[in-house]
Amino acid sequence: MNINLTLIGQLIAFVAFVAFCMRYVWPPIAGAMAERQDKIAEGLAAADRAGHDLEVAQQQVDEQLAEAKREAAGIIEAANKRAQAVVEEAKDTASTEAERVKAAAAAEIEQERARAQEQLLTQVSALALAGAEKILAAEIDADKHSDLLKTLSVDS
Amino acid sequence: MAANGDTQTVSEYIVHHLTNLTYGKLPGGYERYDGTIVPEAGQWTMAHGSDEMTAMGFNAVHVDSMIWSVGLGLIFCWVFRRVAVRASAGVPTGLVNFIEMVVEFVDGTVKDTFHGRNPLIAPLALTIFVWVFLMNLMDLIPVDLIPHSLMLVGVEYQKIVPSTDPNITMGMAIGVFLLMLFYSIKVKGFGFVKELTLNPFNHPLFIPINLFMEVVGLLAKPFSLGLRLFGNMYAGEMIFILIAALFSVGLFWLLPAALLQVGWAIFHILVITLQAFIFMVLTIVYLSMAHEDH
Repeated sequence: MNINLTLIGQLIAFVAFVAFCMRYVWPPIAGAMAERQDKIAEGLAAADRAGHDLEVAQQQVDEQLAEAKREAAGIIEAANKRAQAVVEEAKDTASTEAERVKAAAAAEIEQERARAQEQLLTQVSALALAGAEKILAAEIDADKHSDLLKTLSVDS
Repeated sequence: MAANGDTQTVSEYIVHHLTNLTYGKLPGGYERYDGTIVPEAGQWTMAHGSDEMTAMGFNAVHVDSMIWSVGLGLIFCWVFRRVAVRASAGVPTGLVNFIEMVVEFVDGTVKDTFHGRNPLIAPLALTIFVWVFLMNLMDLIPVDLIPHSLMLVGVEYQKIVPSTDPNITMGMAIGVFLLMLFYSIKVKGFGFVKELTLNPFNHPLFIPINLFMEVVGLLAKPFSLGLRLFGNMYAGEMIFILIAALFSVGLFWLLPAALLQVGWAIFHILVITLQAFIFMVLTIVYLSMAHEDH
């Protein structure tokens, strides 16, 4: 167990190896490890962000879908209303038209009746006059009693 | 068995295993193992036997410790540098993954313990942890494998676990100690002197007592750091050698000794990792203390 120059030799070797390690070994390895750690942390953060983005997008999609559905329902409702309105209007128009046609027909009938009555009256009065003429042939002068006959026909 | 002939005893076997391959300067006039006399100016040579090592004193180098220690350090640098070049922010694979796990573990320990900002601490801790672990790992190689193989090609002694050499562990501990002193002075400046002299008794009269206590406390740190690792590894290595020595006792001991060897090796996996970890953590703690004002 002699203490000798080996001590100094080992001391020098020790200093040399530590210096080498400090200069050429530790910084690259520790640097690479730190860099990798940063990269992994970044990657995880990005993944988190992407997940969050996806969630937001999903939410947006849901919202838009709901709105579209709402809009579609509105459109269908409006269309239904419109259809009903059109039918109603058509009904109204039809019934009005029917009324009008009916009224026109009634008026025509009335006119027709009035004319027929008048004609009938005229014919009746003419017939009556003819009858009366035949009956009263001598007694009644047509020219003399025309006024009277006229009043008669109007009254009847 | 690293038998050198039939005459080797168990104690010789153990001593042989605990002897470093030493290159050093023998003093002038010393009579070598083969009877030759060293010239007056001294002589740099490989030591032969523990007497010559003692005679060399401080002017000697444990060649095996240095080669294994520096070699393992170079392996550490090479492997980690390769990974450092390949490291990118992309998906890591294979070896990169493993190295990054080690780096992250060391980084976590440093961040838990050291609260200042110093770019030296983490690489220092990484170097210590991996290097000490690799040096301790040599303990798991069967005790006779490399020394005996090398002996066959003419290398007399070989101790392949550098951390069982106090020179190695203390060399590192002194490195850490110098860093402690440097940062203490750099961070605290004059406060460091105050810390040594006015603590724990804050009175001018107690300055010598304080100084003595604090200096002892300060010196205890590198010694505890280096000698703890050395002691643990030396004891572990010793057990391996003792179990290996059992093989020579007789055929009956073959199986128990083998089982013991395996059992101790499995347990030792824990010990070597723990010792490397402790050395690293204590380094961080000591340097953290050097950075903090009390």
